[in-house]
Amino acid sequence: MVEEEGFRRYVAHAILWIGIAIVAFPVYIAIVASTQDNALIANGQMSLLPGGHFFEVYYKTIFVGTSGSTREPVGNMMLNSLVMALAIAIGKIAISIISAYAIVYFRFPFRMAIFWIIFITLMLPVEVRIYPTYKIVADLHMLDSYAGLALPLIASATATLLFRQFFMTVPDELLEASRIDGAGPLRFFWDTLLPLSRTNMAALFVILFILGWNQYLWPLLITTRDDMQTIQVGIRKMITTTDALTEWPIVMATAVLAMLPPVFVVVAMQKLFVRGLVETEK
Amino acid sequence: MQKQAIFQSKLLPYALVAPQLAIVLIFFYWPALQAVIQSFLLQDAFGLSSTFVWFENYIELFKDPAYFEAVVRTFVFSFAIAVSSLSFALLLAVMADKPLRGSMLYRTLLIWPYAVAPPVVGVLWIFMLHPSLGVLSRYLRGLGVDWNPLLDGNQAAGLIILAAAWKQISYNFLFFLAGLQAIPRSVFEAAAIDGARPMRRFWTVTFPLLSPTIFFLLVVNIVYAFFDTFGIIDTMTRGGPGTSTVTLVYKVYSDGLLGGNLGSSAAQSVILMVMVIVLTGIQFRFVERKVTY
Repeated sequence: MVEEEGFRRYVAHAILWIGIAIVAFPVYIAIVASTQDNALIANGQMSLLPGGHFFEVYYKTIFVGTSGSTREPVGNMMLNSLVMALAIAIGKIAISIISAYAIVYFRFPFRMAIFWIIFITLMLPVEVRIYPTYKIVADLHMLDSYAGLALPLIASATATLLFRQFFMTVPDELLEASRIDGAGPLRFFWDTLLPLSRTNMAALFVILFILGWNQYLWPLLITTRDDMQTIQVGIRKMITTTDALTEWPIVMATAVLAMLPPVFVVVAMQKLFVRGLVETEK
Repeated sequence: MQKQAIFQSKLLPYALVAPQLAIVLIFFYWPALQAVIQSFLLQDAFGLSSTFVWFENYIELFKDPAYFEAVVRTFVFSFAIAVSSLSFALLLAVMADKPLRGSMLYRTLLIWPYAVAPPVVGVLWIFMLHPSLGVLSRYLRGLGVDWNPLLDGNQAAGLIILAAAWKQISYNFLFFLAGLQAIPRSVFEAAAIDGARPMRRFWTVTFPLLSPTIFFLLVVNIVYAFFDTFGIIDTMTRGGPGTSTVTLVYKVYSDGLLGGNLGSSAAQSVILMVMVIVLTGIQFRFVERKVTY
């Protein structure tokens, strides 16, 4: 170990705490603002210490919503976001693991062609095909539905690659052993391969849940009804262009509620999160 | 590389790839193909008929100063976001890589902003720096700055870059820390024995050894700045004031929203597609050389 002299160590600690402060400050302000009176904030006289309106603001945010024209309880938006995030995360893992299984454990015509077709979707993010995709979803009558929110996003080249990579490292003896036990392909998949893939699936789930929860452009396009809004879309609609009407404590409470689930996942499942992040980026 | 032990079945493998293949063909390839076809067509004013016009949509686009400005702006944003976020994250990672007490706690406290969605990032920052009620705007005005990002295009652009870089710190920090921890300690010790001071050790030993990570993160940050800043821009400035924060992705979105020229919007999408292909290609070439299985 290269020993650090005392002074340098203090400098390192200080820099890290400054970094943490910079990273945390906007969120601290949001939390503080969500406990204060709107009139005070609108006058530009917000205090930097928490106010006394915590319960009042959060109750109104979750169960009532803003008083404006797009009144929709944030609790409902969170439910929509949760359904979408779970559908995207579980859907991506499910369809990717079975296609990776087919590609690794079977020989069939067009096997590699299919692999490349899935792989190339990496280069077609939703941002580059916004309106044609919108049109297809509209033609399929999936606007304002959970299917429309999740289905177009659940293909995953990354997850397929990841499972393919993992299956390649599974020893062939396992397959031979279960074949001797009389297991067919589905039985081998269910009883042997799935249990082995648990950690990979969990790490992937953590990342995909966060990505799903944080989707913005797609839900913004295909939801028109207020009761189908996700929380990320809802928060934008709360900021009215005429500033005077924006209810900032509610906006900030919504921001805090929108951050809560994914931040909790990162902090509580840090090991899986880091593993998933590093693996999906390879 | 192929598996030796495999199953024999004619239909099962197709059934297994069918769901993913269906999604991919319906929601990825078909729309992408539509965009390519549309980009060569010109619709009449009522959207009733369209004619094949070769590259006219593209030519119109390149002649349009607004598009050219959006291209330049997107590259400036990407560069500014990547450089500021990467350098700050590298500083933090180098500090956190030292044998310090509580380094795990530091890591936890620095990585969570990864989970904050871009639109929320936009909301947090516009609130702090809002011209009339932002808590930081008070101090800026106290310093004599005429701060109003809702009217001043340069200030708005600066604000977007700041917010987007803030969000990306945690991601960059995590990968820098992993890159630093992969460098054998003996290298630092050798440099220290040779009498290299810490700053010199950083520039002559750490930085070169970290260059694969830096290059990887540079590409990731550019992709991020291209695509994921949409949510930040949309909640903060909605492209304004004027068009001073309209990036390429935001332009595709807002041009299409106004129900404007379908052909032009499609041509813009196709150009973006080409950019993604180039960026992904660079990323994969690099990754293949670095990671060996």
